[in-house]
Order: sequence, then C-alpha cells, then structure tokens
Amino acid sequence: MQEGVVLEMRGICKYFPGVRALQNVDFVLREGEIHALMGENGAGKSTLIKCLTGVYAKDEGDIYMAGQEKAVTIRSPQDAQNAGISTVYQEITLCPNLTVAENLYIGRSKGFGTSWKRMNAGAKKILTSLGIPASPKQQLGTCSIAVQQMVAIARAVDMECKVLILDEPTSSLDEQEVEKLFGLMRDLKAKGVGIIFVTHFLDQVYEVCDRITVLRDGQLVGEYVIEDLPRVQLVSKMLGKELDEMADIKSEVGAAADASGEVVLEAQGLCSNAGIKPFDFSVRKGEVNGFTGLLGSGRSECVRAIFGADHVTGGTVKVEGKPAHIRKPLDAMKKGIGYLPEDRKGDGIVGELSVRENIILALQVMKGFFRPFTRAQAEAFADEYIKLLEIKTASADTPIKSLSGGNQQKVILARWLLTDPKYLILDEPTRGIDIGTKIEIQKLVLKLAAEGKSVTFISSEIDEMLRTCSRLIVMRDRKTVGELTGEDLTQAKIMATIAGGEAQ
Amino acid sequence: MTAPVKDPVKKVESARESFFKRLTRQQLFIPLAALVLLVLFNLIADPSFFAVSIKENSLGNPVLSGNIISVLDNASELVILSIGMTLVTASSGGQDISVGAAMAIAGSVILRLVCGGQVNADTMHMNLFLALFIAIVVSMLFGAFNGTLVAYFKIQPMVATLILYTAGRSIAAWINNNELPIMNDISFKYAGTFLPGIPVPTPIFVTLFVILLFWLALKFTNLGLYTQSVGINASSARLNGLNPQFIKLLTYMILGACVAVAGFLRVSRSGSINYSRIAENIEMDAILAVALGGNALGGGKFNIYGSVLGAYVIQFLTTTLYKYDVASTALPAYKAVVVILLVVLSAPVVREKLTRVKGRTPAKAAKEVS
Repeated sequence: MQEGVVLEMRGICKYFPGVRALQNVDFVLREGEIHALMGENGAGKSTLIKCLTGVYAKDEGDIYMAGQEKAVTIRSPQDAQNAGISTVYQEITLCPNLTVAENLYIGRSKGFGTSWKRMNAGAKKILTSLGIPASPKQQLGTCSIAVQQMVAIARAVDMECKVLILDEPTSSLDEQEVEKLFGLMRDLKAKGVGIIFVTHFLDQVYEVCDRITVLRDGQLVGEYVIEDLPRVQLVSKMLGKELDEMADIKSEVGAAADASGEVVLEAQGLCSNAGIKPFDFSVRKGEVNGFTGLLGSGRSECVRAIFGADHVTGGTVKVEGKPAHIRKPLDAMKKGIGYLPEDRKGDGIVGELSVRENIILALQVMKGFFRPFTRAQAEAFADEYIKLLEIKTASADTPIKSLSGGNQQKVILARWLLTDPKYLILDEPTRGIDIGTKIEIQKLVLKLAAEGKSVTFISSEIDEMLRTCSRLIVMRDRKTVGELTGEDLTQAKIMATIAGGEAQ
Repeated sequence: MTAPVKDPVKKVESARESFFKRLTRQQLFIPLAALVLLVLFNLIADPSFFAVSIKENSLGNPVLSGNIISVLDNASELVILSIGMTLVTASSGGQDISVGAAMAIAGSVILRLVCGGQVNADTMHMNLFLALFIAIVVSMLFGAFNGTLVAYFKIQPMVATLILYTAGRSIAAWINNNELPIMNDISFKYAGTFLPGIPVPTPIFVTLFVILLFWLALKFTNLGLYTQSVGINASSARLNGLNPQFIKLLTYMILGACVAVAGFLRVSRSGSINYSRIAENIEMDAILAVALGGNALGGGKFNIYGSVLGAYVIQFLTTTLYKYDVASTALPAYKAVVVILLVVLSAPVVREKLTRVKGRTPAKAAKEVS
C-alpha cells in the first residue's frame, strides 16, 4: 500500500440474483481527503459502501486498511466499526426516543455499568467542540434533522474513525445546515480523517471534495482529481454519454404554455391543520408552476392541503370553475388531481408490493373495491409504463423496495400518470435521485404541460425550478410572500424574495 | 443499488437458482413440508392411520370414519378462524386474541335464540339460519368494537382485544342468564355432525364453503390489495385514496363473521355450551396457523391458503399425538416441541441460511425433499 493511503479496496465484486452489482471495482482513500463517490442510481455506490461496512458480504476482492499487512475481513457493521470505519446514512439510524448523549454512546460502553454523569459530560464536550446546537439530555427526536445528522457524525468522529462514510448526508438539509456540515467535514479532514462522500449534488462535490471516483453500471469509470474534471465531464462520465441535454431542456420540449389557458384549479384562503397560513392559489391548463422557499417554509404543506392529504380547516376550492369539496385524497383524485409526495419511502411506495401493484394502486382505488383489474389488464398497464418511463426492474413482479431510489420514484410517477390526471402535483420528485433520471423527469413535466396537463413542481434546487416552471410562488414562514413570472424568474430574484425583509 | 444486467451473466446467475432454492422460497413450503413429514411419519409408523371405513353413527346412519376424516372435521373451526385472523394480521400488524371468547358469545347467542330461553329445549324456537345470521351480526359488532379500538384509537391489537378476551366468556354466560342451555333437536346438530344420508361430516362442507367465499372475495374484489397496502404502508395507502382506518375495521368485522360461523359449528357439534371451556386457547392456534402459513405477523403481504394449510397441519399434529396415546395433559408439551421446530424453520433468518446451504447441492437436496 502506498504512503498516506488509509483504505484500499481491490477488485470488489458483488452479485445479486440476476444482477452484477459490482464488477472488479477498485477504490483508494487517502489520509485527510474528502473523496466523492459518484454515479447514477443503480451504479453501485451504495453496494460498494455496504460491502465496505459489512452490511453485504462481498463475493470477491480484498479490503486493505492502513497499518495492516493483510486484507481485513469485515463481516458485520461491528467489524467495520472496530476497523475504524464509521458510516452516517442518509436516513438517520439513531434512536429518536433516546437522548443525544445516549445516542452518542449507545453500543460502545464496556461492561454493564454506565456513569450517566460522565456520559453527559463527555457528550457535552463533543457537542461543543463540534459546534452542534444540542444539549446532551435532549431527546434526539426533538432536534431538527440536520442536528440529528450532526449527532450521527459526532458519534462516528468520537469513535476515532479513520474512515468516515457520509451517504447522502445533505439531502434533507437546507443551505446553512449544509455549510455547517461542510465546516465539520473540513475540520475532520484537517485531523487526517479520510471521508467518503456520497451525494447527488454536484455543487457540493465541487465545494468540498478533493477527488472523485465515478462508478457506472457496477463498474469503475475512473478516479480523478477534482481540478482535472470539470462538471460537464463528470456528468458525461456518470451517464456514459456526451451531454448536451443539460443545456436547455425548455427550448427542446417547447416553452411551457402561455398563461392564458383556462383555470384548472383555484383555491382561496386554503389552510390546513399542518400550520400554514391561508393562501390563494391557482393553476391554468398547460401551466407548470412551483412553490419555492426554504425547507420548512410550508411548500409541501400547501400542496398537501390542495390534495386533501392534511386535514383542511378552511378555504374554498374550485376545479374548472365548479366548487369542489376536497376533504380527503380520494376527493382530489376523483377531480383529476394526482400527488407525488415528498417522502417517497414513507408516503409513496408500498414496499413489499410488486412494481405492478404499485403502479395500478391509485387507479384501482378510483375504480372501486368491487371492480378489480384483471391480471392481464394490470400487466398491460405495468408493462406500458415500465417501458414508457424506462423503469429498471427485473420484472413487474419485483417488490418495489428492491428498486433503486430513482426507479421507485418513476414507479410512483407511473402510478399517477396512469390515472390520467388533469393536474399533477410533484413534491420533490427529484430528491435523492441521479442526474440522468432528474433530467428525464424534468422533460416529462414539460411534455405533460405541452399535452395540456397542469403541473405543480416543488424542488429544493432552484436551478431545476427555473428550468421547468413558468411561475413560482415563494413561501416564507408558512405563508406565501410573492409570486414570480417571466423576467423575474432568476436565481437572484428568487433569493431576494425568499430572504424578504432582510434583503431590502 | 443494482443495475439490471444485459449480458449473458444473467443466464448463468438464474441457472444457479436451483429447483430446491425456488421451492423453499415459496411461502407454502414450510406448511407443506410439515404436512408431508407428518404423513410420512404416520405412513411408516402405522399405515392404518390413513384407513377410512364406514361405520354407523348413533343415529344408525352410515358415515365415514377414520383419522383423516377426523382431522378434516375437527380442523374446521380453526381453519375458518385462521382465514379471518390472516386478514386482521395483514391489515393491522397484530392479532385478535379474543376469538375464543367471541366464539363463546356467538355460540351462546345461537343457543339462546334456538332454545327460546329454555334450559332444555326439544324443538327449535327459531329458524336455524336466522339464528346464525343474528349471531353473525352480533359477532361482527364485537369485531367492530375491537376494530374501532385498533383502527381509530390506535391501540395495539393485542391490548385492544384483551378486553373482549377477558370479558367475552362472562358476556356469553350473561346472554343465557348463566344457564347452560341444551338443544335436543337432532336437526340442530346437522351442521356440527352429519346431514342425514351424507357420510361426510358437515363442518368439512361448511369450511370448504367459507374458503370458496374468500377465494371469490379475493378474486372479485380488491380486499387483498387494499389490506396489504394498508398493512405495509398506511400513510401511502391513504394518499392513494384509501381509508386505512376503515379497512382495518373491516378486517376485524370480517374476522367477527368467521368467529360466528366457527362458534356455530362448535355448539352444533354437541348442542350445548360450556362457557369457560368452549374453544379454549383456540386464538393461539389460529395465530400459529397464520404464522405457519408463512405470513408475517407484523402485517403486510398475506396468503390465506398458507393459513388454511397451517390450520390443518396443527390439527393433523394433534390427531397424530392422540393416536399414539399421548396423555391429553402432556399434549401441549409435545405440540410445543413440534411448533418450535416449525416456527424456527420458517423464520426468514433460518430459511435464508438453509437455501444458501442447500442451494449448492441441488441434486441431493431435491432428493431429501421427495
């Protein structure tokens, strides 16, 4: 092993039934570097990490750690921890019902006794040294997601890890929180920790990383120093094709429809028990509009109120000019509204059910309890949309939970497209999915609009909103604070509106 | 994260999936294997176990008799309960432990109605079908009580149904003023014993009828899809227009109907009732049948035929043990040993290990199965 290398993986292979998830992948991590692991969904990033952390057993290949001659054997996450490899996953894997201090020390005590006093004092020290705004005795569940994420990192750091794996740590953080996290990462880097950073956000890669390893279809594409790999090249390496598509998809599909179409849905003074201030909203035929604002500004709550997903407490809604009483999701569905929820795992997929059942679910519910689709009908629907959206799945019978995130999202999209909605609400449809699928989804949105459907599109990435939406509703502190169209649709203008008073 | 493979490796990989591996992955593998083992054991130990003869019953009618007939007959109540229990398990991720007590209530209601309040009645005071219908309604109301606690008050199923488990037998006794009514009319016992001129026990037909009903319901309604969706991800189900609470409630009411039919069969076997002993501990066997059938007790995907098979396996086991003169007091201990084996074998952890080991020697493994 070379000098300064903390971790080396050589010739890693992993097979799943019918799938070669990893083929002969090499990966080298040096001391004090932040190393991005990039690739589309299904490229094998997670599989590689799971092989490293002992969640999966690798089928072939060796893992070497600094200071050890022989290859290390990692059979369980516990082994990985002992070898100095710590992981922080996208989803918080701590216990929300325990205190922060307990979470920091859980599973690490020697023997049976616990000195609560010493534990809390130790926790306090770690938290202050890393600048994490939480108190040791606070229940973890009461902290924001960002703080929980940082506690997870603090736990990993405190275990004196040599290798820290951050698997999509930023997908649920807002900008300031991300900055804080990056500060923490740079500190750790200075201390000589090797960090593997998995993310879909290109900006973030170029902000903190030193090196990039790109995977595609389970194979290693290459390892690059960040300066040598401009963004466009990175994307084309991930996709395996030269990419002009990034340029301007709006012009390609045709600009979103003019604003003179008839009003499809109009809401006045709508509010729900999720704590949003009453808001007015309308969407026209063939229009793509969007809610923007910081995380927690009430974007999702607005669309949930429109769909009847939260308990609606006031306001009137008109669908195509006629008053509509939308009190529960089925009411909205019957009016031709579809809703792709923000939390794909919690609200979207029905994990153990097959891709086919997941696709037909909404339409089936609309059709009614006593009128199930025949097997042949269901298969026809599923095959049609698997082909149309290019869903990568072994078969229509595969449980949806074994698909990659982007493909799960496509299945949910298929579910709503199948109902042929007049108005489709997409809440963060591109979160946590790869750039290729992202562009596909954006294109699809514009295509739907061109076909005369209305779409509301919510995304944390302003870029994406600018590319798809012709009108943006800006939210701050759970109320609408502005509406931008036409010339005003620029990054700067949106930022200023989001910031509001402070910026003026 | 996995990528689909477009190269020939796929074929190699799927060829690796031996027949045995595919077989063991089937949900019905464990209950079927258990049944095969029990059959084999009896075949070797004493083939006469399977002998079916024609005997005259107390009424002088020729009827089929034999261990197999008695397994099919005696398992009836359990099979019917386990179907309802499967649905409840799937939708709410918990079990109803009040089914035994609720059977006592249903039985008590029927006896009260047909005996017309008399303690010792020689003729039926009400049409039997009407009485059964009323018992089904009452039982579904009790099911609705359980279901409401579970679905709307979000109480853990086992705790919610503990209430009726505790109170059910007292309610059953109260319905008949603490009397033990006896129905002497022969025609009342037709359902629990034999119909005149038919040598096969009636409960077998009733069970087949119930299974058929559920087969039709699962085929011609969305009962399966809805219950599974709600059981797997209630929040997602709601956003797809389902009403998870109502569907949970519905499954408890369906179980209520099953309970009434099972209670009816049980009282019509003897024409009498013993409130504290009738269908005692049957809830545990029903839950076991669901588990044996390869259904996750945490809810979600289900297969009612697995549970049906599980129920028959349990009864087969009981009958086998009786055949070998195991004392009735020792029976539960023997049963427990077998149950431990079956349950451990059907645990996902063990099955995964087994398939991995056996998958490498498919030829040998296939022999072991046959």
